[in-house]
Amino acid sequence: MSVQTGTVLSSSSTIKKKSLFYLGRKKREQLGRTLAFTIMCVLGFFYAFPFYWTLNTALKTDKQVYTWPPTIFPPTPQWINFQLATDAIPFWSYMRNTFVICALVIIGTVVSCTLIAYGFSRINFKGREALFIVYLSTIMLPSQVTLIPLYIFYRKLGWVGTILPLVVPSYFGSVAYVFMLRQFFRTIPNELSDAAFMDGASDFQILWQIMLPLCRPALATIALLTFIGTYQDFLGPLIYLTNQAEWTIAIGLNMFKNMNYQDWQLMMAASALSMMPMLILYFFTQRTLIQGITLTGIKG
Amino acid sequence: MALSASTVSYQKRIARQKMIRGLLFISPAILGFFIFTLIPVITSLYYSFTNYNILQPERWVGLDNYLSLFQDDYFILSLKNTLFMVVIGLSIHLTFDLLVALLLNVKIRGISIFRTIFYLPTITPVVASAVLWLLIFNGRIGLLNSALNLVGIAPVGWLTNPDWTKPSYILMGMWAGGQTILIFLAGLQDVPTEQLESAELDGAGAIAKTWNITLPSISPVIFYLMVLNLIGYFQIFTDAWVLTSTREGGAGGPANSLLFYSMYLYQNAFQRFKMGYASSQAWVLLIIVLIATFFLFRSSGWVYYRSEDR
Repeated sequence: MSVQTGTVLSSSSTIKKKSLFYLGRKKREQLGRTLAFTIMCVLGFFYAFPFYWTLNTALKTDKQVYTWPPTIFPPTPQWINFQLATDAIPFWSYMRNTFVICALVIIGTVVSCTLIAYGFSRINFKGREALFIVYLSTIMLPSQVTLIPLYIFYRKLGWVGTILPLVVPSYFGSVAYVFMLRQFFRTIPNELSDAAFMDGASDFQILWQIMLPLCRPALATIALLTFIGTYQDFLGPLIYLTNQAEWTIAIGLNMFKNMNYQDWQLMMAASALSMMPMLILYFFTQRTLIQGITLTGIKG
Repeated sequence: MALSASTVSYQKRIARQKMIRGLLFISPAILGFFIFTLIPVITSLYYSFTNYNILQPERWVGLDNYLSLFQDDYFILSLKNTLFMVVIGLSIHLTFDLLVALLLNVKIRGISIFRTIFYLPTITPVVASAVLWLLIFNGRIGLLNSALNLVGIAPVGWLTNPDWTKPSYILMGMWAGGQTILIFLAGLQDVPTEQLESAELDGAGAIAKTWNITLPSISPVIFYLMVLNLIGYFQIFTDAWVLTSTREGGAGGPANSLLFYSMYLYQNAFQRFKMGYASSQAWVLLIIVLIATFFLFRSSGWVYYRSEDR
């Protein structure tokens, strides 16, 4: 008893001692917060400014691009540049190609990953965990190792020059997303699906009627991340889309850059337009996306 | 006896049924594993011992490809450039991203706005942002040289001077670190507040708290990001390719100072159609990545796991 009171007393006396400091500490904290805020504002400015510069340059005349000092704000915005840029390259056709590939890949990824993750999480069969570890370990493999044999394989199939090499693999699952969905499926109590199973529901019914409604946020995240990844993909289209009519916006934009090194205002207009779908998407889905990134990031 | 035997066989039947159902559901993964991973990996190893230009059948050359790799100046250069990015570039990027995350974690106002801004470059298509940085780095009209001019500093050849290309490339990468910042931030928000508070009562300052409590608590996150990015940095391709590729199809920048491993591999495979040679490059890459990851794991004694995480 006496010992206890002793500790209480001594600890309360330390608090009293510190409380002399207390105002100073609080002020210091305030100061630290203001300092952090200021640094963030400066950094934020540097992060955001290139976007402004893209738009600013896209709206300049070809002369203004090269004038010194640089125009911070174009006096007469040249909206026509967007028209000129999309006429200089078959911009909308590249865009359409990109969206077709994205749509097909999203469908493939979401469907196959859902099925695979269901198998790896909800059906308890022998050797499941061992199989999953082997499957998971393939994520460490640099894609360069399989690049050449796959190219030769697709070439033999006559797929080089088509979108098939970019689309078909997504129908066989993607390790990272299977992992993410499996984590999600495991949080759903077994009782739910067991009861349905006893009532004679099939796996597909359980998946469709019980699991999927609960996993909508996870599926949305996967669809989003797949869209972003496919939209940005460069190496795949560079290797396989040998026919210019099939090019995606990433390839088209790089080629535009290679051909047209002087017309910065047009290049920036095309660049800005190609950023648009991503930026719009980002503003509408920010919460889902950020949750997904931190989820896959931490638990990955 | 009869009852228990039938129970056993019933259980066996259930187990077998489960096995079939399970394998059916994961069958895309099993097929995909064989078609897109295992068979290509083995074939790639085989090709690495051959000369193969696609048009003619491959010819076995034994270790020739591997031996000539290490006499190939471009290969050595591309390996050095890549290692520079993996060691120096990655350290700078992770330190910077961690600092930004720490600052964001000081519960400042408008944190969600800052988060949005920092993540924006990550969402930007890589080709578009590389084209944008070409303009920023441009020697004559670029933003950076314009800013330097303003304060009276002589222009820098950001992408034309071989001594400057790597710092420029690292700078561009710093801009695109939003994903790492977000992952750090999520880790920071899991740091136990009780410990921070009790340290504060003991009179620990902000730096001491960060060093002794925050950093050990997020060391698993730091380690995870190191492993993930290590593999990623060995595979650098798109942004460096877009920055340096020319109309003639070359890439690598001045004096090949931005010629990275995957770029040289791509050139050998898809521009010169030296499939065997490029396959040996791919295998050397695999071995290097495995060794690097192994040593990273071996030296992970500093990673601190909270007991509840085990």
